[in-house]
Amino acid sequence: MPSVSLTHLDELWFQVSGTHCNLTCDHCFISCSPHNRSFGYLSLSDVQSSIAQATQEGVREFYFTGGEPFLNPEMVDILCWTLQHGPATVLTNGTVLKEEWLAKLQEAERQSRYSLEFRLSIDGFSPETNDPIRGDGTFDRAMAGVSLLCEFEFLPIITATRVWDDESDLEVLAQFKTVLKAHGYSRPRIKLLPTLQIGAEENRTRGYLQHEVVTDTMLSDFDQHNLVCSHSRIVTDRGVHVCPILIESPESNLGQSISESLVPFEIKHGACYTCYQYGSICTNASSGNTLSTTEPTVNPPDTAREDGDT
Amino acid sequence: MVIHSVINQNTKIKSRFALFGGVYSNYLALEATLQDIRQRGVDAIYCLGDLGAFGPHPDRVFPLLQNNHVIVVQGNYDDSVGNALNDCQCGYTDPRDNHFAQISYDYTLQNTSEPNREFMRGLPPEIRLTVDDQNILLCHGSPHRTNEFLWESTTSDYYLEHLLEVQHADVIAATHTGIKWNRKLDRGLFVNVGVLGRPENDGSTNVWYTLLELHTDNSWTVNHIPIAYNHTALAREMQQEKLPDEFVDTVLSGWWTTCLEILPSKERRRGKH
Repeated sequence: MPSVSLTHLDELWFQVSGTHCNLTCDHCFISCSPHNRSFGYLSLSDVQSSIAQATQEGVREFYFTGGEPFLNPEMVDILCWTLQHGPATVLTNGTVLKEEWLAKLQEAERQSRYSLEFRLSIDGFSPETNDPIRGDGTFDRAMAGVSLLCEFEFLPIITATRVWDDESDLEVLAQFKTVLKAHGYSRPRIKLLPTLQIGAEENRTRGYLQHEVVTDTMLSDFDQHNLVCSHSRIVTDRGVHVCPILIESPESNLGQSISESLVPFEIKHGACYTCYQYGSICTNASSGNTLSTTEPTVNPPDTAREDGDT
Repeated sequence: MVIHSVINQNTKIKSRFALFGGVYSNYLALEATLQDIRQRGVDAIYCLGDLGAFGPHPDRVFPLLQNNHVIVVQGNYDDSVGNALNDCQCGYTDPRDNHFAQISYDYTLQNTSEPNREFMRGLPPEIRLTVDDQNILLCHGSPHRTNEFLWESTTSDYYLEHLLEVQHADVIAATHTGIKWNRKLDRGLFVNVGVLGRPENDGSTNVWYTLLELHTDNSWTVNHIPIAYNHTALAREMQQEKLPDEFVDTVLSGWWTTCLEILPSKERRRGKH
């Protein structure tokens, strides 16, 4: 079974709102919803404690995800505090943002030498393509969030999960840009993500197939820095886990402290296969960690291991 | 690892080094930079990699580097072109950025001679200097990875302190991002020396190199030097070579038009596109 060592803690993630979300998206890989409280919120104090530990490891930047991070009542304070210590990225659905929060965050970023990145999830360029995935009315609400972020001079990275054929990428991207410009976003940044065949997505389409696993052979001539587990960890209210994708897998919890979590991890999950194919899909392009999302490496079924585990 | 000993000058400034990165085939900017360096006088000249890409006639860069005794670190582009890999290893994910990156890479690979590709293959991924008791590490992206982007707004102090500590360095110099910056830290100094190949997305057509000066009290001075060059001639040659109009536009306007996805928000906000 292939095992990946952490070469350095480049990014520390926080599951800052647990699995609590105001939306219930059909493709959510950890099935977040208004009713899913299996993971709880992190407090400002929790974040401060973990960042203090991570700085001892020379951490480079910080990411905040959920659920919907801005359901956490301390989210704005958490980001303002974090920006005094390093770059911060927050992954939001953009539907609950408030002007007073963005004014405060704009000022915090101005006072900081570091960037505050918003990654805003939209999965279609129209209500007809987005709302069946993310819920009725979510396209218009998310676009209102985009417009609001632009008013405060943020340049959100629009993340879209590829729920269309790979061949349609250029056409879909062009339509996204047209729509975003019409909503006041004059130079849109867009990041395409592959689907992860776990959580709600397993029911929407399918789970991982038996052959969709990473093998020792596949890693023999592969730059392991393209795997997020080689340079990231994520803090939840249960402990420190290997990566943002696998928090629901019991073996992903590597300990209660950052130092305990710096151990090798067996990449036996189907989601590890997607990470292998597409590179560190979770991190921003500015880190230079990602592989191309247009021509993934494919593991032919006849060369794969037979006892895959998702 | 390559270690170079440097003979100190008995002046207030003990040593002076010129450093630049990302030539990107811009031989006209390289000529102008070398002339500026000669006028100022330095102990050594270092290029931190990425000789080709973006510009015309990649082979014209090599004699300038070699005749002026420039010591060169291998960049990701040099590794790719030298070893005829499939792409430049820049890590773009945006289809538009990948499209233009591939045009640039294919042109550079096709127009770089085998002797020059051999030169690229033989370049070291890092160089270590010792000047008195000061340890200097020269690399392309970061000491961790040749293609890691160390941007001013996405690199924490903690990370830079960590790099200085584990690398036993007083100074780390890198390039790769295309935009210069530097930061003094408790353990030493980090410098992104900038690039000669294209302007740095600020609406000015000049490019940048860096002078590093070591003083008698072992303090360092960092001077980022702007270089004006005949950018209109470069643009004409790029057009003659049928390189993309988007690249030519960057040379003439000073604004990046491609490879924008890698910019963090603070750096992106300063640009036009």
